[in-house]
Amino acid sequence: MTDNAPVISVSNLIKQFGRFAALRGVSADFVGGKLYAILGDNGAGKTTLLRTLAGLNRASSGQVTILGTSNFHDICQQVGYMAHPSLLYDEMSGMENLAYVARLYGIADGSRCAEVIRSVGLDPELTRPVGQYSQGMRQRMSLARALLHDPKVLLLDEPFSNVDVHSTGDMVRLLGRTRDEGKTIFVVTHQASLLEGTADEFVWMEAGKIVGRTSDFRPPERTA
Amino acid sequence: MNPPKGITRATLLKDLRLEWRSKDAINSMLFFSLLVVVVFSFSFDPVAEESRHIAGGLVWVAFLFAAVVALNQTWARELRNQVLDAYRVSPAPPNSLFLAKALGNFVFVTVLEALMTPLFIAFYRLRALGPAWQLLLVGVLGTWALVVNGTFFAAMSIRTRSREIMLPLLLFPISIPAILAMVQATTSILTAEASARFWIVLLGTYDLLFTTSCLLLFETVLNAE
Repeated sequence: MTDNAPVISVSNLIKQFGRFAALRGVSADFVGGKLYAILGDNGAGKTTLLRTLAGLNRASSGQVTILGTSNFHDICQQVGYMAHPSLLYDEMSGMENLAYVARLYGIADGSRCAEVIRSVGLDPELTRPVGQYSQGMRQRMSLARALLHDPKVLLLDEPFSNVDVHSTGDMVRLLGRTRDEGKTIFVVTHQASLLEGTADEFVWMEAGKIVGRTSDFRPPERTA
Repeated sequence: MNPPKGITRATLLKDLRLEWRSKDAINSMLFFSLLVVVVFSFSFDPVAEESRHIAGGLVWVAFLFAAVVALNQTWARELRNQVLDAYRVSPAPPNSLFLAKALGNFVFVTVLEALMTPLFIAFYRLRALGPAWQLLLVGVLGTWALVVNGTFFAAMSIRTRSREIMLPLLLFPISIPAILAMVQATTSILTAEASARFWIVLLGTYDLLFTTSCLLLFETVLNAE
């Protein structure tokens, strides 16, 4: 795959829930090594798009190609997904949670969990269960879970919600560094201003469609 | 990637750890079974001979209803914080998750049976007139029959609005052959009036058939929207 070949290619993607179409013909190519901020109002289809890219939603029609394949099972080892909920067990510590996820991904290196927890600014020695973490700590642990298997593509849904300003800055810098290592990152957020100067492209969604892509945090001009 | 056996083991250990910390399932199951033992012993006050005829039904109905509590908990735990999605996006095979959940439920229900059986024996003055070792076989095969289908149907009902009601509605009708075999085998062993062999073979066949079917269909259930 060349540098400019799209890492993710979406073609006429439609996702319907019953009679409601959450995605109405999304088509776009995303090249590798960039950080994309996906923006839009509530109900614009941002989370549905991310879940479809993560293989959690099946497309009603259209095609999604990630790293050259449309079979998600072939590339799930290369995709990291962080949802709005933490995807962590409240009764277990952060380290126990990550050790379990490491087994799912076949990560034998025992130090990798501690390393990735440290990278998000948390203490791997913390024995407190995740249920007793603050919302911000939970978000950071959730990011650590998504980063654990060192994926090439990162899909992050609202990673900054309820995170304090200082920690948000740390997370944005971490995402910037991760992008610089060649990873492709998608961030769904309502706090797009946080990514100004870090995101390579702002993708604007409205009513289940991509309505514009800009290189700075300025909404595209409306045509109609 | 980890072999499926390693993932099954890791998931089973994780579930046992979570249950050890929360004791959600085991406490509810114990409380429910205890109530059944006490209430029925007051209602019937049977002599030893009568007990042998009704105990098979009482014991298995109590375990069946109690098992439903554990089965509902199994997947409820995976829905909190949408942890199940973390498994779905990973390369881990769906059947490893199913087997781990079924084995975990088997452990919980076996613990319950081990704790409740002495109480049943004491309250109903039970003594097996037939080969008592066969009760162990019926216990293992019967418990597996309950949990393998229960785990599968609990997974099917997790996305429904009233899943606590949905599980018994799906599970009980399909468990009728297994329940019949468990009750008849237990009664046959306790009374020694007939051989339990036919019922034990039926139970083994049921287990084999439904374990295979559940393993074949679980991926579809896991990824259903």
